[in-house]
Amino acid sequence: MPKTYAKTKFSNGLTVLLKEIHTTPLISLWVWYRVGSRDEVPPLTGISHLVEHMQFKGTRRFAEEVMDKAVAREGGTRNAFTFLDWTTYFETMPANKIDLALRLEADRMVHSRFDPRELASERTVVISEREGHENEPMFLLSEAVQHAAFRVHPYHHEIIGDMADLRTMRREDLYRHYRGYYVPNNAIVSVAGDFDSKEMLERIRKYFGRIPAGPRPARLSRTEPEPRGESRVTVEGPGETAYLQVAYRFPAASHPDFFALSVLDSLLAGPSNLNMFGGGGISNKTSRLYRALVDRQFAVGFSGGSNLTVDPYLYSISITLHPKRKPAEALAALDREIARIQNQTVAPGEIARAIKQARANFAYGTENITNQAFWLGYAEMFASYAWFESYLQKLAAVTARDIRKAAGRYLQPRSRVVGEYVPTGNGPAS
Amino acid sequence: MSPQRRTRGSLPGSLPGPENIHREVLANGITILARSNFSSPSVTISGYVKTGSVLDPDARLGLADFTTSALMRGTRQHSFDALYNALESVGASLGYDSGVNTTGFHAHALVEDLPLLVRLLAEVLREPIFPAKEVEKLRHHLLTGLAIRAQDTADMADLVFDGILYRGHPYARPEDGYPKTIKAIRREDLVQFHRHTFGPKGMVIVVVGAVEPKRAAAVIRRTLGSWKNPAQAACEVPGDPRPVRATTRRHHKIAGKAQADVIIGTNGPRRTDPHWMAASLGNSVLGQFGMMGRVGKSVREESGLAYYVYSNLSSGLGPGAWTVSAGVNPVNVERASDLIIRELRRFVEKGVTRDELADSKANFVGRLPLSLESNAGVANALLSIERYQLGLDYYQRYADRIHAITRGQVLDAARKFIDPERLVVATAGP
Repeated sequence: MPKTYAKTKFSNGLTVLLKEIHTTPLISLWVWYRVGSRDEVPPLTGISHLVEHMQFKGTRRFAEEVMDKAVAREGGTRNAFTFLDWTTYFETMPANKIDLALRLEADRMVHSRFDPRELASERTVVISEREGHENEPMFLLSEAVQHAAFRVHPYHHEIIGDMADLRTMRREDLYRHYRGYYVPNNAIVSVAGDFDSKEMLERIRKYFGRIPAGPRPARLSRTEPEPRGESRVTVEGPGETAYLQVAYRFPAASHPDFFALSVLDSLLAGPSNLNMFGGGGISNKTSRLYRALVDRQFAVGFSGGSNLTVDPYLYSISITLHPKRKPAEALAALDREIARIQNQTVAPGEIARAIKQARANFAYGTENITNQAFWLGYAEMFASYAWFESYLQKLAAVTARDIRKAAGRYLQPRSRVVGEYVPTGNGPAS
Repeated sequence: MSPQRRTRGSLPGSLPGPENIHREVLANGITILARSNFSSPSVTISGYVKTGSVLDPDARLGLADFTTSALMRGTRQHSFDALYNALESVGASLGYDSGVNTTGFHAHALVEDLPLLVRLLAEVLREPIFPAKEVEKLRHHLLTGLAIRAQDTADMADLVFDGILYRGHPYARPEDGYPKTIKAIRREDLVQFHRHTFGPKGMVIVVVGAVEPKRAAAVIRRTLGSWKNPAQAACEVPGDPRPVRATTRRHHKIAGKAQADVIIGTNGPRRTDPHWMAASLGNSVLGQFGMMGRVGKSVREESGLAYYVYSNLSSGLGPGAWTVSAGVNPVNVERASDLIIRELRRFVEKGVTRDELADSKANFVGRLPLSLESNAGVANALLSIERYQLGLDYYQRYADRIHAITRGQVLDAARKFIDPERLVVATAGP
């Protein structure tokens, strides 16, 4: 396959990836930092996400609302995301307006103010965001499962952080976090869209090239020991509906087993939609778990999937229980399906089907420039863009033996957490 | 990699218009719109049939939704599993959703599978058999959905809001019904609802993707051109509700929740109302532009009370609603409500400033390429053109229409619909 993108490194350590796509007059710019919730320790859990919020609160040059309004006025869109391993910011703009986004992103790499008054109001905004999550039974359950799955590795807390830390972290903590991680040699700029690569590279150099490198921040690296048995957690909360979440330890995205596990996931839980933006999505009603759990009325719905992470994380299956079933019955049905895929060889047709589904999802993803720029940088956060470009080929190389072996190795009760949401009723009626 | 076509400098020509949209009306009343997009080897279908929850009998609320959800549970030729197997095996997706006045469908596939997709879409619309066993399975899913709704502060605030705003009007009723009405619906009710309300009269189908428009239309004609249903009842759009006479507040208690949802609003314009465009620009200033407009600035940025607060103009074929929604800590409900009402008062007293209007106009015009980049985006645009009879050149005249709106027109629209002394204030939470 001919190379469809260009990768460059500036002398200040900034990595730039460019992909020309001339289907529509848009450009999407993403700036990625290698910092996420896995770089946090108590009492500063959630600090990466709160820093991300503060990055919208103004710089020495641009007041808070000036930035949002300028992008909106030009017909662009912008947002940011904090994940376990990274934090990212993007603007998608009409192609002839991209300089605005470049200027804003280069500026806030260095010059954000972290005004204490702005922090006071943003702190409560994030607390409100967490309270919104806490309204959801599945958030409460996932948080408990995640915590039970990681005792040592900093993947153990939710990205949004613990309420206690959100209330107490100080301006100087946030500013130190920002200045420590937001350096060009810890960042990637990925741009896709309607531009000439040579011209675009010069523009990026103009805005980002003079930002001085800083000390390369060290990442927290505390390896989680192998699990020594199944963990069980229970969460109680309002409602009438019970939920179950089963989370297995899974390898990092760059691990050679990951591709066999992707096909395994597709067979069990249906094809995962890798498109962060834009079209796609394929239902999972003929997946093995749908047939075993929903068709046979142990559940009314379920989802399954893993995350693409730097270190080993989780493969989670979340189940909304059928009102007439007990969690143990659904878990037994799940276990029967897992035993089946561990003990019986998968037919070649099933694998071919999973490949075609992945190919379709890739095609849907190419309808959207923002999605393509996202992948250009995202893949670099846990592997490289080559990982993404060779994804379909690697899936196509997976054999039935690989799947059976991977299922046997990773889907073991001793390396899982089983979480149960126990509904306590609706409380007094209004 | 997908074929790439250069469009640099050809933006005006790339907007949907009479020269690049194929429109034809079949003898049985179906309108087809098609437009090509060869940037990705995929295709999207969207459309609607003229039936919806407005036809639900009071004792069987949720009937349209139940019927629509059951369409894919089996046809004369395919079981539920066989139907989804045909779709998912090729990475395609097909779904139906019931609305108030229309029932929509959405589908996508690789373009090589377009004939299959259209064949199944038509089969499901024309020949569902509602197998008794599947209907009972689905009933449990719907009842669980209602149990989850009862715990969802945003959904319940919405239900309370509609109940007050539309009292005595069909829109006061929830489209997904109540547990007792879902339990009361029999399989025969679904059969009859389908027989008497689904049909080709007034149906619209849009195809966008890597296919020549005339070829796409021919595929539709072959599969749906012969559909007739003399029993198809008319689905009339209801008239206006009674105006709000005085500010009405109602709280729905949901115990054990961390956050409350607030909805404050009143009647809004229909999409076809001559004031709609001015109201839409005003709404952008009020609670959309940049970081959620004026209400975002007041409630989120300055006061730190909410993660989300925004205004929304909900305008369709029938009477609309103009609302501001927020998720806040229960102790802040009153303070947030006061701030929102203060903004509404300012909005109807002074309207919008010259700069604010210019910003929102620039945003509306500038974001067109972004909203029209994917197949689904173009399909939505084409669907609006047909649903509201906007004219095939609507998007080509769009910028002129936007620029023609004056501050006076925005103020007139605000005053016509919003009276700060006559609002509906609905809340749900602990």
